[in-house]
Amino acid sequence: MAGLAASFGSGAMTNSIAELEDSDCILVTGSNTTENHPVIAARIKRAVLYNNKTLIVIEPRRIDLVKHATLWLRQKPGTDIAVFNGMMHVILKENLHDAAYVAERTENFEALKETVAKYTPEYVEQISGVPAADIIKAARLFAQAGAASLVYCMGITQHTVGTDNVKTLANLAMLTGNVGLWGGGVNPLRGQNNVQGACDMGGLPNVFSGYQVVTDANNRKKMEEAWGVTGLPDYVGMTMTEMLPAIKKGDIKALYIVGENPVVSDADLNHAIKELKALDFLVVQDIFLTETAQLADVVLPAVTFAEKEGTFSNTERRVARVRQAIPPLAGARQDWQIVAEISKRLGYAMDYQKPEDIFEEIRKVTPSYAGITYKRLESAGIQWPCPTEDHPGTVFLHKDKFARGLGAFFAIEHKDPAEMPDVDYPLYLTTGRLLYHYHTGTMSRKAVGLVEKAPECMVEISDLDAAQYGIADGQQVRVKSRRGEITAKAQISPKAVPGTVFVPFHFAEAAANLLTIAALDPVSKIPEYKVCAVQIEKA
Amino acid sequence: MSNPTVTIDGRAVEFQPGQTILDIARSAGIFTIPTLCYMQGTNPTGSCRVCVVEVEGWRTLVTACSTAATPNMVIHTENPKVEAARKNIIELLLASGNHNCLICEANGECELQALAYRYQVATPIYANPPGAKYYYEDNNSMIVRDFSKCVMCGRCVRACNERQVNLAIQIGYRGHHNKIVGKCDYPYIDSDCVFCGSCVQACPVGALLDKNAIGQGRPWERRTVRTTCPYCGVGCQIDLHVKGGRIIKAMGARAIPNEGRLCVKGRFGLGFVDHPERLQTPMVKKNGRLQEATWDEALDLVASKLKEIKDQHGPKTIGGWCSARITNEENYVFQKFMRAVVGTNNVDHCARL
Ligand code: SF4
Ligand code: SF4
Ligand code: FES
Repeated sequence: MAGLAASFGSGAMTNSIAELEDSDCILVTGSNTTENHPVIAARIKRAVLYNNKTLIVIEPRRIDLVKHATLWLRQKPGTDIAVFNGMMHVILKENLHDAAYVAERTENFEALKETVAKYTPEYVEQISGVPAADIIKAARLFAQAGAASLVYCMGITQHTVGTDNVKTLANLAMLTGNVGLWGGGVNPLRGQNNVQGACDMGGLPNVFSGYQVVTDANNRKKMEEAWGVTGLPDYVGMTMTEMLPAIKKGDIKALYIVGENPVVSDADLNHAIKELKALDFLVVQDIFLTETAQLADVVLPAVTFAEKEGTFSNTERRVARVRQAIPPLAGARQDWQIVAEISKRLGYAMDYQKPEDIFEEIRKVTPSYAGITYKRLESAGIQWPCPTEDHPGTVFLHKDKFARGLGAFFAIEHKDPAEMPDVDYPLYLTTGRLLYHYHTGTMSRKAVGLVEKAPECMVEISDLDAAQYGIADGQQVRVKSRRGEITAKAQISPKAVPGTVFVPFHFAEAAANLLTIAALDPVSKIPEYKVCAVQIEKA
Repeated sequence: MSNPTVTIDGRAVEFQPGQTILDIARSAGIFTIPTLCYMQGTNPTGSCRVCVVEVEGWRTLVTACSTAATPNMVIHTENPKVEAARKNIIELLLASGNHNCLICEANGECELQALAYRYQVATPIYANPPGAKYYYEDNNSMIVRDFSKCVMCGRCVRACNERQVNLAIQIGYRGHHNKIVGKCDYPYIDSDCVFCGSCVQACPVGALLDKNAIGQGRPWERRTVRTTCPYCGVGCQIDLHVKGGRIIKAMGARAIPNEGRLCVKGRFGLGFVDHPERLQTPMVKKNGRLQEATWDEALDLVASKLKEIKDQHGPKTIGGWCSARITNEENYVFQKFMRAVVGTNNVDHCARL
């Protein structure tokens, strides 16, 4: 979310979920919303079917939302920047931009203008394969709508140019005056239930809770006082995707992993296993003996959401209660209690009696959460920023003024993905989720109904490619990249585009991430899960 | 200019043009009009006729849920004529299937049963003639369809099409033979159904059932706990129905952001909670193999190893991964531990993956 933070001053979803029903134009890109965020997809579909709103889908796969779209652009994987620059080119050429908004609320417009000048629809068609006429159509639909909202997910961020992709979307929204209003904005959908909260709480190498940067001495001093310690580290730490390769170099000796399963989720899985094995010490705290836990030196059993009190923050910045429904499983413990026990043994006592005590501390040191209390959350969730107890919470961000002051345009050029199809590996591979599963399957693959609907890994392939490689529906196929290979069932699907195959990443036994490339976005350190080159054959 | 008014049971009530009689009554705090096929937030179809009321000067009774009010209407929500009509409708509904409350899952929360009780209507003797056959579907692990209980209210259809917009089921066939159908009248498992379970939640009777909840407890034996879904970032509010320390079923809470909706994961994906493979004891690697250990043993080992590595190689060589699956409080405590106690900023989680 580094891209949005640079453009606007905050990386979070600008609007609320409910506002989507009122957006005059919704542009969905890099999100298979129906499968990954089904309840948000319901809102989008309602907007189209019952409120007569416009939907533009920009997506290589024929995802379910395409059925409802006013317009569908099918770009080649990894050419998003070109497509959006092309739209902005048209908007500027036809004078459809919001000049007053640009003048008053943004900066660096000239640089953007200069850059998009060469992205004529024809030039963009060459790069992306999207017909020039469709780029023009999309530009007009988006720019001429009242309130327009951009919705995206990992399909935008999981690229070596992920941060640039996001900045490009931010450019488009600002150019058309679509940030800071009801129903208009830039809306990254968070994949996992408390990703937003984990970020908000400082589960990141560069910030304390509330995005207070660790390199600022004042922030450190504030935390040192609150925590009663001295000498908090003053450097930006390593991201997950940096820590793994650092193990081999001896820069990381021990990892303490809570509720993550990198053995299945890491971009270059062969490496992940080797690297974790090379650690001096690995602690895994989880609810199951995951593939990662099996490599650990110590495994600590934790409890599930149903056995704990606390809060989650959803993708629209809404903090909501988690309430204990059943007694904790005998032998397992609350995650916070486990951490507190270890802390005590290292000489630092954490005297919390219950999660609410922790929340009270969070409020004290985190301005955006300061006004939220368990009592207020009793009846309904509250959206941060919520600075005081009488503040109702914030439905949409950047009203009247961006969090960073002026919204920043960035001049961004298209770059090819790290790996492109060639003679040896002629197909694009893109990875993602299925409706019936979640992340590495640790939870969803233990639910009977979900397994019934999606029992095993599959390789989604177009009928054209299937015919070319002599593959029948349901047949076992081998997918190979320069890094590894997997075997799974072929599924000939109208969702697939010729030239591209899709593999979901939930299945450890046929892990998509054996194939993907560990090339990272230089800023966000997100791996390029969405594009690499593969070959396919009958197994 | 003031708003137009109607008179409901002798009370003058203002309304906005376009509002139905039911809307007006409910917003004025008058809850005497019963409904069955009506479902908030979807288009009323006026099909069950349980909500009929009398409007002075009108020849026939009208359905409150689907009739827009006009200025100065005089409405009676309960009088002998209305009551007789409702009794008649309820009796026909009871006769339309096999409403055996004794073993019905919906007993205690069934809206037809509540109506029968309120108007003291018993199942008529001509109901459920011998040999009557009803569609019954129990071929997947999530939803059972028992059409001996279906009253053709159409709420499931509207939940699917208007609320969830999955467009998977419709009212099929005509007239006397009509029935709720998936594409080509295939069973759910072979149709376009994505098992969000919204139809189950919408059904006012016992015709659509959460299979895992069958026989697991009556409504009055269950407790409900409002919480947040553990899966995706939408953060749907869920009401967990709990009995004897077990989750029996999950219902979408009528709250922001989902307003009653759930997807297949939130509704039918919680089996991991009481899965037999859940970890119940700490484990420590000894001689290359993970073996059960006590909590003290495991925690002591973690503390001493972290200390040893920190002392020998410095805090920068230790990393901690928190998680999108644990709470805010837990993430906060974890990063505080890594920063303040271990002394490193190597803290991250899977936001990137
Ligand atoms: S299945 Fe239930 S909700 Fe659907 S029409 Fe029958 S009674 Fe109504
Ligand atoms: S019910 Fe489905 S859409 Fe709602 S939070 Fe859970 S996984 Fe997401
Ligand atoms: S509730 Fe009005 S007709 Fe059914």
